[in-house]
Amino acid sequence: MLLFATKRVARAILTVLIVVGCAFAALRLSSDPALVVLGPDAPPSAVAAFRAAWGLDQPLWQQFFYYIAGLLRGEFGRSLLNGADVLPLVGSRVLVTLEIMIPALAIGILVGVSAGAYAALRHNTPKDRLVMMGAVAGFTVPHFVLGLVLVLIFAVHLGWLPSGGNDSWRSAILPVVTLSTGWAAVLARFTRSSVVEVLGQPYIRTASAKGLLWRAVIIRHALPNAAIPVVTTIGFMVGGLLAGAVVTESVFSWPGLGQLIVTSVAARDVAVVQCVLLLVATAMVLSNMTVDFLYTLLDPRLRGGRH
Amino acid sequence: MKGSRGDRLSSADRDPAGATPLLELRGLTVSVGHLPVVAGLNLKIARGEAVGIVGESGSGKSVTWLAVLGLLPGSLAVEGEALLEAENIIGASEQRLSQVRGGRVGLIFQDPISSLNPVQRVGAQVIEALRLHRGLRGYAARTEARRLFELVGIPDAERRLDRYPHELSGGQNQRVMIAMALAGEPELLVADEPTTALDVTIQAQILALIERLRREMNMSLVLISHDLSVVAEVCDRIVVMYAGQIMETGSTRSLFASPSHPYTKGLLGAAPVLAQKPQRLASIRGHVPEPWNMPPGCPFEPRCPYAMPACSAARPLLSNLAPDHQSACIRAGELPALARHGPT
Ligand SMILES: Nc1ncnc2c1ncn2[C@@H]1O[C@H](COP(=O)(O)OP(=O)(O)OP(=O)(O)O)[C@@H](O)[C@H]1O
Ligand SMILES: [Mg+2]
Repeated sequence: MLLFATKRVARAILTVLIVVGCAFAALRLSSDPALVVLGPDAPPSAVAAFRAAWGLDQPLWQQFFYYIAGLLRGEFGRSLLNGADVLPLVGSRVLVTLEIMIPALAIGILVGVSAGAYAALRHNTPKDRLVMMGAVAGFTVPHFVLGLVLVLIFAVHLGWLPSGGNDSWRSAILPVVTLSTGWAAVLARFTRSSVVEVLGQPYIRTASAKGLLWRAVIIRHALPNAAIPVVTTIGFMVGGLLAGAVVTESVFSWPGLGQLIVTSVAARDVAVVQCVLLLVATAMVLSNMTVDFLYTLLDPRLRGGRH
Repeated sequence: MKGSRGDRLSSADRDPAGATPLLELRGLTVSVGHLPVVAGLNLKIARGEAVGIVGESGSGKSVTWLAVLGLLPGSLAVEGEALLEAENIIGASEQRLSQVRGGRVGLIFQDPISSLNPVQRVGAQVIEALRLHRGLRGYAARTEARRLFELVGIPDAERRLDRYPHELSGGQNQRVMIAMALAGEPELLVADEPTTALDVTIQAQILALIERLRREMNMSLVLISHDLSVVAEVCDRIVVMYAGQIMETGSTRSLFASPSHPYTKGLLGAAPVLAQKPQRLASIRGHVPEPWNMPPGCPFEPRCPYAMPACSAARPLLSNLAPDHQSACIRAGELPALARHGPT
């Protein structure tokens, strides 16, 4: 068990390292950060001084080595633009992103799982089809299209809500709706098929045959089984949450992590980009580990070594 | 096991003739769309009686008993009556049915592993039934569950209570299912092919267990099987079903002594068509007609070696050959002679 956990953690760290390493190389090889930051007209002496100051004149592997060594000391690097420590900058943006992500996720899960379960319990009725049509629509429309349509209707046309920024909680409504729609749609489809499959299993008939009311059959026998694949999906959604911020934040000019990464890549502020990617990769790896853990918690068949 | 037959007769004797049967099916019909898969079944189960239901796959054995307990999906329409001591439970409220299910009538299914909830401990699944039908909780429920496990022959019962179905063998899971069905102290136990999914050696053990429990608890038993020899071991009376209808029914003894329907003969391996192959069911040529393809007369006519034109004219009704023996073959009386001379 301990060996298993150790292997798991080692693999997680390796995954994060690979992601960060690739980003590290790509950022430096695709164009020269010094030229991007100082501008194409900067005198060669200034460029050379900039490179020397940031260590960009050293071989790539050496830079990477220093970077990792810094990480181990808790130093995430400094912004190439203003020399500020990137961690507080990224950290504050994470909070701004979570302001829309957490409500969106909560709403997405709540609406998606209930709609999916509702449809499954009314399998092959008009209500089921209506819910599923909604889910397919929500699933097919890309985030930016939905976002723009919502802006057109509620901000431009009706003028009820701001079209962007984060001045008040009202600015969060449209991005939250946009994000949660997609998640709810995915989860509704997933939950439905999972519940429908479980309801066809012989143990559901057994549960009825022992005298449980249908409600209790659903709550005590169907849902715990149907939850297993749904929880996995939710886990992966949480893992991809920060990555999913990019599009929505751009549409609504929400000053979160998604925007930060877009502007930092454009400005070749490598330390910021690396820090964000490190964060995103860590979040994904952690959520994968959580999913595995929840899996064994929910499904005793995956727990080994009882005998 | 044969010696127990005397016991069974005496337990049946305790119910004087004409007393209300424990369960009576009257004109039970189950249809998909307009097509009947069970067509007007009449059947009585006396208290303490063991009835075997045999027939090939698709003959409506399972559907009949699921219909009685209201366990069929809504796509199958159920008509007729199922009188549980004179109370019709067809179309009864969910509340009422939930008291009968697992309470007065216990059910055991074919595939024990998939019939148990994979994410719940087996003990908890039995305790759930104890809570529902006997109001037992906590320590009392667990003690009773352990007693039931011991009763059905699960070794090391205390520890097995905390196992999950995938940690037990097929035979042990079937014992768990039986313990669960017994939890409500049923008056009738319906066992739908309880041994089909098990190893041959385990099959005999499970069958013996069911037989012993039935006698000890004085339950009625409906034992569903493909295999006449299996039900003959345990049952007082046998009902032969085909295409949703009863072809022949009689006491085990008289049915074996003088099978009076060509289908029964086929099942017994006595019909001339079976000469090439010794296996019982597989050797009747053809297959059970689909509900949408039902012959107008006797449903067995297309496969019957003794068929004659009158057989396809009208659906034959069950008629008495002896007080405890009925057949739905219009040539029932001639069959013994026909069998001697081969099919016409
Ligand atoms: N849910 C259902 N929807 C439609 N038709 C069904 C359904 N369940 C059963 N049937 C039909 O009812 C008929 C009888 O099925 P049933 O399961 O009772 O047969 P059986 O005698 O129990 O066979 P087996 O030995 O294979 O268990 C079959 O023709 C089957 O196709
Ligand atoms: Mg069956």
